[in-house]
Amino acid sequence: MSVPVAAPVPVARLIWRQTLSEIRIRRRIPAFSAVNLALPVVFYAFFGLPVAQRVFPDGRSVGAHVLASFGAYAVGSVMVYSFGIGVANERAMRIDLLLRATPLPPAVHLLAKILTALVYASLSLVLLIGFGVLVGGVRQPPQVWLSVALRLLGGSLPFIGLGFLIGYRYGPNAAPAVANLVYLPLSFASGLFMPLDQLPGFVRSIAPWLPTYHYAQLAWNALGAPTESIGVSLLWLAGYTVVFLTLALRAYRREEDRKFG
Amino acid sequence: MAPVVELVAARKRFGNVEAVRGVNLTIEPGEVVAMLGPNGAGKTTSISLMLGLRQPTSGVARLFGLPPDDRRARSRCGVMLQESGVTAVLKVAEIVDLFRSYYPAPLPTERVLALAGLTDKAVSFTGRLSGGERQRLYFALAICGDPDALFLDEPSVGMDVTARRGMVETIRTFAAAGKTIILTTHYLDEADQLAQRIVVIDHGVVIADATPPQIKARVASKRVSFSTAPPLTDDLLRELPARVLERAGARVRLLSSEPERLLQLLFARGVQVRELEVVGADLEEAFVSLTSGREATS
Repeated sequence: MSVPVAAPVPVARLIWRQTLSEIRIRRRIPAFSAVNLALPVVFYAFFGLPVAQRVFPDGRSVGAHVLASFGAYAVGSVMVYSFGIGVANERAMRIDLLLRATPLPPAVHLLAKILTALVYASLSLVLLIGFGVLVGGVRQPPQVWLSVALRLLGGSLPFIGLGFLIGYRYGPNAAPAVANLVYLPLSFASGLFMPLDQLPGFVRSIAPWLPTYHYAQLAWNALGAPTESIGVSLLWLAGYTVVFLTLALRAYRREEDRKFG
Repeated sequence: MAPVVELVAARKRFGNVEAVRGVNLTIEPGEVVAMLGPNGAGKTTSISLMLGLRQPTSGVARLFGLPPDDRRARSRCGVMLQESGVTAVLKVAEIVDLFRSYYPAPLPTERVLALAGLTDKAVSFTGRLSGGERQRLYFALAICGDPDALFLDEPSVGMDVTARRGMVETIRTFAAAGKTIILTTHYLDEADQLAQRIVVIDHGVVIADATPPQIKARVASKRVSFSTAPPLTDDLLRELPARVLERAGARVRLLSSEPERLLQLLFARGVQVRELEVVGADLEEAFVSLTSGREATS
C-alpha cells in the first residue's frame, strides 16, 4: 500500500469536462431549445418582420431595434429558464446529493452551468440576428451586432440571479409557471415585444423600474438610440443582481442546511 | 498511514431528533466493514458524517486524516448513496465517463461497465433504466474512480439475485485488492459474506463492533419453531422466555436464549408440540435480538 496518492484532477479540466456535459444535457431537453432558441425567432417573425424595413424619424432601423429587443428577451430567457427550471428539477431529482460526494467542487458545477447558459445565449443570439439579417434584410455593421451581443451577455447577471431565486424557491412543477409569470410580463412591460409608447400609461410609468427595461437599454444604446447612459443601466442591473442573488442565497442556504447541514 | 475513517464522539442532531449520539469509529485501510441496524438507526447519517455530506453537531469526522470535504480525500472515495439521482438525459457510458473525469486515476469505462454488469446498457439513457439497473449504475459511478475507499449505502436494494451476486463478487475483488469498503445493508447474508467486521448501530449509538462469528456468539440464541393444536394463546405466549419472530396460524417461530426452559414450560402446561425444530440463530436473528434487547430496556 505504498502506492503514491494521485493529486486531484486540475480544476480547469473539471470545468471543461463538466461544461461539455452540461451543454450535452441541455441539448437533449427539447423544451429548453424550443423555449430559448426557437421562440425568440418566432416572436421576431411576428413582431419584427412586418416592420423590419421601417426607419425611425431619426433614421435608425426599426428592424434592428426590434431585433435588439428580442435579443434581450432571448438572453434573459435562457438565464431565467435554465437556472430557474433547471435548478428546480435537479433539486427534485436530488442530483446534487451524489455530486456532492464526488471530488467535483460545487463551485465548478455552478460555473459550468453559467458557462453553458452563456453558450446557449450566444447561440440564441446568432440564430435570432442571423434570421433578422437573412430573412428580414436588417443591415448593421458586424461590430454593432457584436456590441449588442456582448452587452446582452455581460449584462445578464440579474437574470441568472432571478433564475436561481426561482429554482431554489420553487419545486419542478411550480418553477416553469413562476418563470413564465415573472419573466413574460417583465419583458412585455419593458417594451421588448411592443414599443413602450404603444403600451398603457401605467405600464409606461412602471417600466423604468424594471430590470428588463434597463437591460434592453444596453442593447438599444449600442444601435445609437437615445437611451439612458450605459452607466445608469449597469447600475440598475447591478442593483437587481444584488437583490435577486441575496434572496436566492437565502433560499439556497436554507436548502443547504436541510440537505447538507 | 492515517485511518480511512475516523468518527470521534460524533453527534448529529436534526431539530429535536438526535440521529447519531456519540459514535466513535475508526476504520483502517483494507478493512471491509458492514454497518447494520434497523431503519432510522443512524447508519446513513453516520456515513454522511464520514463523507462530510453532513456536519457533526459535535465531535470530529476525518477522511484519510483530512476534513471529509477536502478534495484530496474525496478523490480517493467512491460513494453510492440512497435516494440520490442523476440526470435522465445522459447515456450510461456518458455519465460513467463524466464521473470518471472527476477522479485522477479512473478505471477504463468498459471495465467499469463490465464490473457493474451494464455493458449492454452502455448506450441506454439513464432515465430508461429499471430500478435494478439504476442501482447498478450507481455502483458503477462509485467504482469508476478506482477509489481507495468505497462507501456503499444499502447497495443492493432493488437488485435481483443475479445482480446482487455480481455486485458481491465485484466488492470481493475490490476488497482483495486492498481497498477499504464500508457498506450498510439490510441483507445480513450480504454482510456475513463480505465483511470481516460488523458494526451494529441502534438509536444512534454503536451497540456492537465485532467479527460476524463474534456477533453470533454474543447472542447464544436458538430459533425454536413448532406447531400446536390448538394454536397458542396470547397469554401463554407472553409467559414464554422467548421473542416471537413469526406466528402463522398454529405454527410459531421463536427466538430464545433458554430453549430448554421454554420447552419444559410448554410440556408442563400440557401443550401438544409437533414438528419441533431447534436451530442456532443466524446472523439476522442475532441482530434482531441485539437491537430489540436494547429497545426493551430503553
